[in-house]
Order: sequence, then structure tokens, then C-alpha cells
Amino acid sequence: MSASLFIASGLDWRLLLQQGVALLMPEVLLTAFACFVLVLESTVKAEQRRWSAYASLGGIAASAVSLVQMYVQFKDTRVTGFYEMYVIDPFALAFKGIFLLTAGMAVVLSIQFLDVEHEQRGEYYALILFATTGMMFMASGADLLSIFISFELSAVAVYVLVAYFKADRKSNEASMKYFLLGVFASGLFLYGISLIYGLTGETNLSRIAAALATTQDIQSFGFLAFFGMALIACGLFFKVAAAPFHMWCPDAYEGAPSAVTAFMSVGAKAAAFAIFVRIFAAGLGALRGAPTEGGMGWAVLVAVVAALTMTWGNLAALTQSNAKRLMAYSSISHAGFLLLGLVAGNATGYQGMIVYLLVYVFMNLGAWGVLIALRRGKIAGDQVDSFNGLMRTHPVMAVMMTVFMLSLAGIPPTAGFIGKYLLFAGLIETGERWWTILAVVAVLNTVISLYYYARFIKAMFTAEATEREPLAASRGMRAALIVATIMVGIIGIYPAPFLKYARVAASGLSSAVSSPLVTIK
Amino acid sequence: MSEQLLAQYHILSVITWLPLAGALILILFFRSEQKSAIRAFANFWIVLGFLPSLLLLGYDRTRGGIQFIEDVDWIPQIGARYQLGVDGITVILTLLTTLIGILAVQCSWSAIQERVKEYYAVILLLQTGIIGVFVSMDMFLFYVFWEVMLVPMYFLIGVWGSDNRLYAAIKFFLYTLLGSVVMLLAILKLYFIFPEYLYGSPNSAQVLESVTRAAHLISGGNEKTLEMIQQAIALGASGQPTFNIMAMQALGTARLGLEPVIPLNLQIWLFAGFFLSFAIKVPMFPFHTWLPDAHTEAPTAGSVILAGVLLKLGTYGFVRFNLPIFPDASSDTRVVQVMVGLSIIGIIYGALVAMAQKDWKRLVAYSSVSHMGMIMLGIFVLNPNGLNGAILQMVNHGISTGALFLIVGVVYERRHTRLISDYGGLSHVMPGFAAVFLIMTMSSIGLPMLNGFIGEFLILRGVFEANRIWAALSATGIVLGAAYMLWLYQRTMFGSVTHEKNQSLRDLSAREWLYFVPLLVLAFWIGIYPKPFLSYFDKPVATIVQQVRPGYGQGRRAEQHAGVESAPRVVEAASLPADPKEME
Repeated sequence: MSASLFIASGLDWRLLLQQGVALLMPEVLLTAFACFVLVLESTVKAEQRRWSAYASLGGIAASAVSLVQMYVQFKDTRVTGFYEMYVIDPFALAFKGIFLLTAGMAVVLSIQFLDVEHEQRGEYYALILFATTGMMFMASGADLLSIFISFELSAVAVYVLVAYFKADRKSNEASMKYFLLGVFASGLFLYGISLIYGLTGETNLSRIAAALATTQDIQSFGFLAFFGMALIACGLFFKVAAAPFHMWCPDAYEGAPSAVTAFMSVGAKAAAFAIFVRIFAAGLGALRGAPTEGGMGWAVLVAVVAALTMTWGNLAALTQSNAKRLMAYSSISHAGFLLLGLVAGNATGYQGMIVYLLVYVFMNLGAWGVLIALRRGKIAGDQVDSFNGLMRTHPVMAVMMTVFMLSLAGIPPTAGFIGKYLLFAGLIETGERWWTILAVVAVLNTVISLYYYARFIKAMFTAEATEREPLAASRGMRAALIVATIMVGIIGIYPAPFLKYARVAASGLSSAVSSPLVTIK
Repeated sequence: MSEQLLAQYHILSVITWLPLAGALILILFFRSEQKSAIRAFANFWIVLGFLPSLLLLGYDRTRGGIQFIEDVDWIPQIGARYQLGVDGITVILTLLTTLIGILAVQCSWSAIQERVKEYYAVILLLQTGIIGVFVSMDMFLFYVFWEVMLVPMYFLIGVWGSDNRLYAAIKFFLYTLLGSVVMLLAILKLYFIFPEYLYGSPNSAQVLESVTRAAHLISGGNEKTLEMIQQAIALGASGQPTFNIMAMQALGTARLGLEPVIPLNLQIWLFAGFFLSFAIKVPMFPFHTWLPDAHTEAPTAGSVILAGVLLKLGTYGFVRFNLPIFPDASSDTRVVQVMVGLSIIGIIYGALVAMAQKDWKRLVAYSSVSHMGMIMLGIFVLNPNGLNGAILQMVNHGISTGALFLIVGVVYERRHTRLISDYGGLSHVMPGFAAVFLIMTMSSIGLPMLNGFIGEFLILRGVFEANRIWAALSATGIVLGAAYMLWLYQRTMFGSVTHEKNQSLRDLSAREWLYFVPLLVLAFWIGIYPKPFLSYFDKPVATIVQQVRPGYGQGRRAEQHAGVESAPRVVEAASLPADPKEME
């Protein structure tokens, strides 16, 4: 009876279940652990609440193991499931790895931070896991609808996380701003989807690409296609905090609990970039356009926004005295850099984005980690001056922070240089004059950015220490920071394996439309 | 030991990484309180690092080309390799670096009392960066070293400098970074056009043939060098990218018929990209404004390394990259005029500003602007005499200006002031010091029998050959140089002791003599018998001239006989011996 019902509704539940086991295991595990953490929270005593953190770390580890297993199983092939709404390819796997890494680091950085703030509660970790689940779905989205839903799944969890300090007005204000603008962005995004759907009759990315490339009618509706693309782009620009849609970012980053900012500045941003690339490279490739041929398209749009974002972010960062705000503007300018990969639109560019985001996990979370450790006792520790004299009081921390700062500025032999190198290389490889000019704008921006990153170094090495209280850095946190530092060094000095995988992921992406689809049976 | 054997023992890697190893040992195994142990270790280690670099003198001058080659895969995805190698020019410059390193470490013994451990670690790190730049044969590796070097220098100025150190440090960092990131784009462009021309273009077969011929010329008949270049060319010919510097030179030198493979327009753009980086480093007028601040605020060791070695990286860059990779841009009349114009302005402007300085160290700093302008002039007259002189003058400037900064350091350590007006009559209280200062002053203004004379003479000879007006203008720089240096000497050393505190100054200590003596010896040696030094440059310089002005020797002869302006620009497989021997 039931079987006939399912067939009548057009869904093969057994197939879906099979696919779920084969393709969704990391996400399923993460969700299960998140639910478990919620239950655990209500059963343990107040002083045992750290167990929630450990349980969520366990969930992340389990999910990572299953991700590795999936990598071994599928290697470099592309597999779709759930009526082609969901895809597993090297690009998705790479991003899922980045999200799990971010979540793991964020949890480790949060444990002591929440103790200091007397806010140690299980739902915090559950929300991080839910947000991560949403991001992982985003990386695999092959359909505008599945992308939108997973996008909201992660966004809602992050809205709540930003407001996690209930009693803190700034935290509430930040969340409200982030929420309102985020919802607005989602609206734009959805409107864009509806236009594209109306034009092509499809929500699936590869079929949209095919429709845009072949249908003659679309030529006559060129304006609508462009408008829909621009709306989707604007929604995504909001999400990655690209100028002029970045206004929420400094307030949200400053107001949110530092550990949450660390998580969202890396995880949420990487996820938004994942779908950005997926939608524009795989779905809307036909609307790319090229400046020399006089064709307007998203390449020019993204290029202008990228140049604006880098410059605006950097110039605004120059004058900040609040370290969290400074890092917010720095992250805005990094979003500008990342957009360069999309402008280049070649394998080198996408490879650069993937490598850059991986590197960004370590260098940015590392920097935020040090910032979090500065919050101790009664000391707010959120100013650039809070770093004063750190070299004398905590030399290891100071050296690690220096490495992160140099990496953020893109000075070799740190990993940040490799990321920037690839993005610039992608632009130069196109041979287009306009993209070369964009590359010049970008390199000049790295020079500007060095100035404010050097302010941290200056404070740590040359100023006298104002606070003598030891940093709030647990052993786990120190370990995480050391790992981040070592990774920044390793990717900087021997990037070969990372470049190799990123290359596979990137080239799979640009040829995704033409490559034969393997569907699990 | 033979060159092959030394290359087998990775001599260049040893020289490059030894200082870094020392820095790590310092950081890991010494406690900050063990100041004397740290000092002793750093002094020992920097000398230890100098010794293997002496082995580079085993460079085979008759074979020429790039020697002591090391080649390991590094980042295959982008074609970057760990390729090291030196030619005659870099042998001498590497030796200069390791030698100046010793002096810098020695002169810090009592001057640095704060954060001693970090200080020596930073200096050792800096050494690795500088040596790495000289020995890299891969542009990516070169670029990494080029930027790595900025970080320790930033700390050196910013942490151990004098009052205005933070401003000077960040100015130095931003300025030089600005140049290098633009250079990165130029490097990337070269990197992408290399396989494009050799593989992707319709006439890639002819290009390949021409590039191979150019490779023969560049290798100067050294098979190992040729092998290295041809490996890189083979990569390009199969569509794979490479960063090999020598292969880029081959591409730049190659031509199809009379036209260069890289079109002149593109060459000029790329030239400009490299130019910005190197011109800031040299520094050429008008990019020199970071230099007086950095030199003045840096601790003595920092100034010595800056003046002695770091500035040479800029001129080295012109000799290694701009000239041979973009020969047509380099010999383009407009470019030459701009380069020569900026050089001559630098010579005269630097000298005039130096004359007006009240600060002893700032005066020496501005004299560097003037001297480096002279070196740039020697490079861009594009003849063997000019280039030989320029390269020798790089060494000379390292010796004499390095010594002058050490000299300022000596008095600064005793009096803690750099104002010239605070001194006077020091020759009465510090006769030994006055003698050293006198010799180094003479060396700096180019007195015969001392090193500066040989370099400036060669440069001026080259300039005279190219254009007499340029020669006349640059000679005024020498006159002005004599003026400000002698006036400085007069104001500080002669007369009666005007300041009470100067009455009781100690003369040079044994430790201070220790670091002046090698410089004095070198100053006289190069001044009296420069041939051993010049013999290292001859072949590489001849090759560079062949690349930039093909048929230079013939051209002149043809000019004399038939009044033809220059021979047709065709690269011949056999390298022609040019005429740099005339000097000897």
C-alpha cells in the first residue's frame, strides 16, 4: 500500500535512502551529533557542560572520517544524487573538508572563551554543527533550490549564534543587523532564482547552463537573464560582505562573540564562495561576458565589485583601533581578493580560491584565536593596543600572531602568499588587459593591507605591555593555534599536495557541464 | 675541490641555509638571559657561514656560465623548482654578503643590549634571505627570497633602531613591498608567455630554434648551464611553464629575423614592472625617500647590511633581469634616456643633499644615493667597461659605505649622538679611528690606489664611450662627493676638541680593529690589483653585452671602418669575445 503511494508521488524512496547512505553520511553524522549535544546539554550538570564541546568535536571527527571514506570511494569522479539536486565532486569534498576544519577549530577556540564569559552551554555547539551541516550541503548543491535551502539552514544557525550573548546589547544589535540584511539578501537571491527559472524553466545548474547556451529565445531576453544573474550576484555579495553590500559586516563582527565571529568570518564566507563559484561557473557560465569583446556579463560586474571591495575594505581598516573591527574590514578586503578567482574564471583562478580559502581557515582563525585568548578576566582585549608588549609576556603567541599577520598580508614564505599568487596568476593567465589592470589594483591593495597588519606586529614587538594577566589560552587552544601556524608554514613552503587537489577540484568545476554524469543506481 | 664535487655537496644550499640553521639553534637552545653565550655563538656561526662561501672562489672562470647548479623539484603544479646556481657576478656578491654579515654581527657586540637573542636570530635570517636572492636560478624562488628578506629587515629597524624607527621601518617595508608585488605581476606575465611562444603560437618552431640559439649564447659554452636552460626550454616547448631565469633570458634574447620574440611594447611594460621593484631597492631618484630614514634609524648593523648588500640587490636585479630578459627595451633610446637621466639626477641630487646634512649618518645615507646612481649609470651605458665598473663598484660601495656606517656606529656607541656639530677634533683623541676614517673617506671619493677609483674610472670610461655629456655630468658628482666627504672629515676630525665629552673618547678597541682590518685590506687590494675580482665578471659581462647589444664588438669596428651605426641585430650561436680586457 505504502509502496504504491510512493510510486504514485513519483519518488523512489528506496533509491533515495541508498543515496542518502552513500552521499550524505558526513552531514547525517553531524546532524545526529548536533541533536545528541542538545539532549546531552539538558542531562549534564552545569560544571560538566564542556562535555557538549567534546561531543561536538567527536561529531566533527566522525564526519571527517566519513568524508575521507567518501573521498577514497569517489576519488576524482563526479557523482550526483537526489534527482541531480546534490553532487559529490572534488570541489564539494574540498569545501566540506574546509568547513569541518573551520568548525573543529572554532569549537576548540570557543571552549575556554565561553568559560570566561560564563556562557558555556550546549546549544552553542549544536548551532555550530547545524550551521556546518548547512554549509556542507551548500558545497554539494547542484540545484538552485537545494542551494537556497541549505544556504538558509546555515544562515539561521549563524544568526542565532551572533546573538548568543543574550544579555549583551552589542551582540543583539549585531544579530539584528545581520539578520535583517541577510534576509533581504536572501530575498534578492530568491528573486534572481525566480527570474532565471522563468527564463529557462530549470532550477538545476547544469540544465540552466545548457538552456542558456542553446536556447535562441534567451538572446531576446538577454536583459532579463542579466537582471536575474545580477540579483543572484547581489544576494551573494551580501553574504560574502563585498562592497557596497558590506555594511553589516563590521558591526556584526564586532558585536558577535569573538569565537562566533571567527567561525562565521571563515566558514560562512567560504560557503558563500562555494555556491558563488558553483552557480556562476557551472550554471551561469553563458552570462560571463568579456570586457574586450564589449560583452557585459558577470565577469565585469564581479571585477568592479572585487576592486571596490579590496580597496574599500583596506582603506577602512587603516584607521580602526578596535581589533575586531579591523579584522572585519580585513575580511572584507579578503573577500575582494577571493572574487578575483571568479573574475579570472579559469582553472588557476578557481584553484586559487580553493587554496586561498583553505589557507584563510588557518590564518584567519589563528588570528582570531589569539584575539580570543586576549579576552581574559576583566580585560576586554579587543583593541589593537591590547596586543601591546605581547612579545615580552607571551612570546610564542606573539610569534604565531606575526606569522598569521604576514600570511594575511601575503608575504612569502607563508601560505597567504601562495593563495594570492594563484589568484594573481589566474588573472594574468587570461591575458586580458582589463584583468591585468585589476591585478595591479589587487597588488597595490596587498601593500596597503600590510600597513594595518603591521600595526599588530608593531604593538606586539615594540610597545610596552599594559596588562600582565596571563592569556586565556587552554592547552587545546594552544595546540590548535600551533597547528594553524604549522599549516600556514607548510602550505607556504611546500604547497604541492594542496595545489594538486585544488587543481583537480577546480578543473572538475569548469568542465562540470560537459563531463558525463554518473548517477548512483 | 672541483666545481662538480662542490655542487654535489650542495655547497650553495649550505651557504644559503646555514645562517637560518643558526637562527633556529639560537631560538630553540638559548635562553634570553645568556647574553654573552648568544653573542659568542652568533659570532662563531656567522664566521662558520662565511667559510663555505670562500669555496665559491673555485668558480671556473675559464668556463663561465652558471656553476654549482642544484636542481630539485619544488612545486611541480606551477613549475617552480628549487634551482640554485651562481655566475661570476654572484660569486663575488655572495662573498660580499657573507663578509658584510660577519662585520654586522661583530659590530653589534656591545651596541645591542636589548633582546639580544632575537636580534641575532633576525640578522641570521636576513643573511639567508639575501644569499638566497643571489643564488636563485628560479624566478619563483627568487621572489620568495626577495620578499622574505623584508621581514627581518623590518624588525631590525623597527625594534632595534633609534628614535624614529617605527616610521622608518614601515616606510621601508611598504616601499619595497610596493615594488616587489608589481614585479610579481611582471614575473607572472613572463611565466605565461614562455610556453605560449614556444608551444602555442603558430611560429613556435622558429621561436624554439631561435631560443635554443640564444641559450647557447647565454650559457657561454658551459654545458651544465646549457643543459639547465634546455631543460626549461623543453618544458616550454611541450606547453609546460617554467620559472627558470636563464630560459627567460633566452626567450628575451631570441629574435625572429630582426624582430624580438617578445614584442618591444610588451618588453617595455615588463621592463617597467621589474624596474619599479629594483629602482626602489637601489634606490634610484625619485624612489629614494625611504633610504635616508631607514639608514638613519636602523642600528649600525642594519645600516651596514642595508648599504653594504641590500642596495646591491637592486642593481643586481637590473643586471640579471632587466638587461638580459628585455634587451630591446633596455637598449631602447627612450628607456636609456630615462634611466641615464634618473641616474645622473641621483648622482648630483644625492651629493648636493648629502652636503646639506647635519646628521652624520644621514649624510652617509645620501652619499649612497649618489653612489648608487653612478652604478646605475654604469649599467645603462650598456658597454663592457660600464658594466664591469658598475659591478666592481657594487662591491666597492659595499666596502666603503659599509665601513662608513661602521665608523658612525663607533662614535655613536661612545657619544650617542649623530649630529656632526657634536664632534670635532676627534683626530686628537682617536688617532687610529681617524686614520681608518680617512682611508675610507678616500675610498669613497675614489682616490687612486683605493678601490673606489677603479670602479669609478671604469664606469666613467664606459660613460665617456657612450656619451661625453653624460660623462661630464656624472664627473661633477665625483667632485661633489669629494666636497661633502672631505668637509665631513674636516668638521669631525680636525680642529680642536670643542665638546667636553669628546675629550675622553676611547680609540678603536681590538674588536673594532678586527672588523675594520678586512675592509681596509680589501679597499687597498681592489685599488692596487683589481684583476682577480674583475676576472670573475669578465665572461658574464661579455655575455650580457652580447645579449643587449648583439655584435657590440663588431659594431664598433664597423663603425670605425665604414661609419655604420651598428651591425644588424642577429644573435649568433658563437659568443663573441668583447673587449673588456683592455683595462688589464
